[in-house]
Amino acid sequence: MTPLLEVRGIDKSFGPVKVLHKVEFTAYAGEVTALVGDNGAGKSTLVKCVGGIYPIDDGEIHFDGRPVQVHSPRDAGELGIEIVYQDLALCDNLDIVQNMFLGRERRRGPLLDEDSMEELAERTLSSLSVRTVKSIRQQVSSLSGGQRQTVAIAKAVLWNSKVVILDEPTAALGVAQTAQVLELVRRLADTGLAVVLISHNMNDVFAVSDRIAALYLGRMAAQVKTADVTHAQVVELITSGRSGDLGLKNGVTP
Amino acid sequence: MKHLRLGAPQVVWIGLVLAGLVVAFSVLAPRTFPTSFNLLNLVSDAAILLLLATGMTYVIITAGIDLSVGGVLVFSAVSAAKVMEATGSLALGALAALVAGLAWGVLNGVLIAMGRIPALIVTLGTLGMSLGAALLLTGGVDLRAPTELNLGLGLARWLGVPVIVWICAAITAALALMLARTRFGRHTYAIGSNAEASRRGGVAVRAHLVKVYGLAGLLAGLAGCLSLAKYGITGVSAHSTDNLQAIAAVVIGGTSLFGGVGTVAGTVIGVFIPVVLQNGFQILGVRPFWQQVVVGAVLVAAVYVDQWRRRARDH
Repeated sequence: MTPLLEVRGIDKSFGPVKVLHKVEFTAYAGEVTALVGDNGAGKSTLVKCVGGIYPIDDGEIHFDGRPVQVHSPRDAGELGIEIVYQDLALCDNLDIVQNMFLGRERRRGPLLDEDSMEELAERTLSSLSVRTVKSIRQQVSSLSGGQRQTVAIAKAVLWNSKVVILDEPTAALGVAQTAQVLELVRRLADTGLAVVLISHNMNDVFAVSDRIAALYLGRMAAQVKTADVTHAQVVELITSGRSGDLGLKNGVTP
Repeated sequence: MKHLRLGAPQVVWIGLVLAGLVVAFSVLAPRTFPTSFNLLNLVSDAAILLLLATGMTYVIITAGIDLSVGGVLVFSAVSAAKVMEATGSLALGALAALVAGLAWGVLNGVLIAMGRIPALIVTLGTLGMSLGAALLLTGGVDLRAPTELNLGLGLARWLGVPVIVWICAAITAALALMLARTRFGRHTYAIGSNAEASRRGGVAVRAHLVKVYGLAGLLAGLAGCLSLAKYGITGVSAHSTDNLQAIAAVVIGGTSLFGGVGTVAGTVIGVFIPVVLQNGFQILGVRPFWQQVVVGAVLVAAVYVDQWRRRARDH
């Protein structure tokens, strides 16, 4: 099976600080790939390189088997790569529909085509079995944390996206809302999307992921099937970069 | 909910205040206030400020500010008068005013969006520069408008209403529609609401800001041209508080200084409240200085209500 998204040997430095060292990463359609690692391991940087926010210093990004250039969020969007950032990046003063279509509004003549945007937003939300929002014309500021996360995810899948990357989607949520969001994450993969889930929470990772990729100090320590590893092994990979046969062979020091 | 932008609560509230003022003055001075002559005076006084305030509405919705409008207005009026004098062509003069206004606006936008200098500082700077340049061009003495302009456009009426009022009303209506129902307007709200989210969504934030400040400058240029036609002189010293009047009107009309919220409809009402107060006080024989006091109080009250609503929303 060819991976939908494949990152080959990416290097990234900020000034004198090298943040990513020859990082390899793959994500498959229909699967949830968890991207784990300690604070500062380079998870967010990797994602931002894929999303076109940061230019990469070296290495290649392959999409659907082809090498691609991603220089801006727009490039990523055109390929079908959508990122849901931790801060969600929603406009509080706009309503759900307006947020979902932000930057890609539909028009009829010179005016906005509110009816068709509303209809498509409605359809997307119901296809994700989201029934927790009262009205899709509600201002985003009036939504709960879980609802905001849901809107941000729905916004990402609205665009026939193929890869959806979620940065710590449950970090700020309570127990019930976390369960809802994880369910939604699983559903996204079941509809055929390649889902990348960045998380610190081992319970979340084991609950929904098919594969786990562990970053350690800017290096990809291991990428394994979730079924093949234990909780403890993943924690070891995160904290020391190796676990038994898995992980970085030569000792890596900060 | 769909027409939220056209009927946000504060617009209704402030509209009632305006209606209350009109009714009160009509009852207190039934023979002089509600006459067509007086009401035409009212809209005539408000028309040019309305252009400045409409441009300011866009700017403030992006969470910016434009202090330069009065200076740009004067500079544009002077440019128009100079070009009309030199070429004898009114059209070329008007064009010069528009180009000058647009240029100052784009300069503001470029310095703010690309140079990352705070809008308050940039536009304070261009206020001084444009006004100073206008004074340099005129030597500090007001230029007169060509008589044809003053008697033609300045005093012309259509269906009994001054042509200048028609022009300002039409432009304001078009810009109200643009803000509420087009992509340009939607992006204006989005940038003021969360610039980073807009950027990630694919909105060209910097280019949009240049356009918004450019629009405010263009409207100030047009206002300069119309003011020259209406009053017959460039008025180099008459526009030092235009920026504050425009900002006050926008804020009274429910546009939030924090960005992301506001309507042109609110701004129209915000422009009329001070004008109605001034006019009504004059008719009633109240000393006109009271108008400044009352407008100041209304301004503070409007911002207080905005803050109060934000707090209510956040909890």
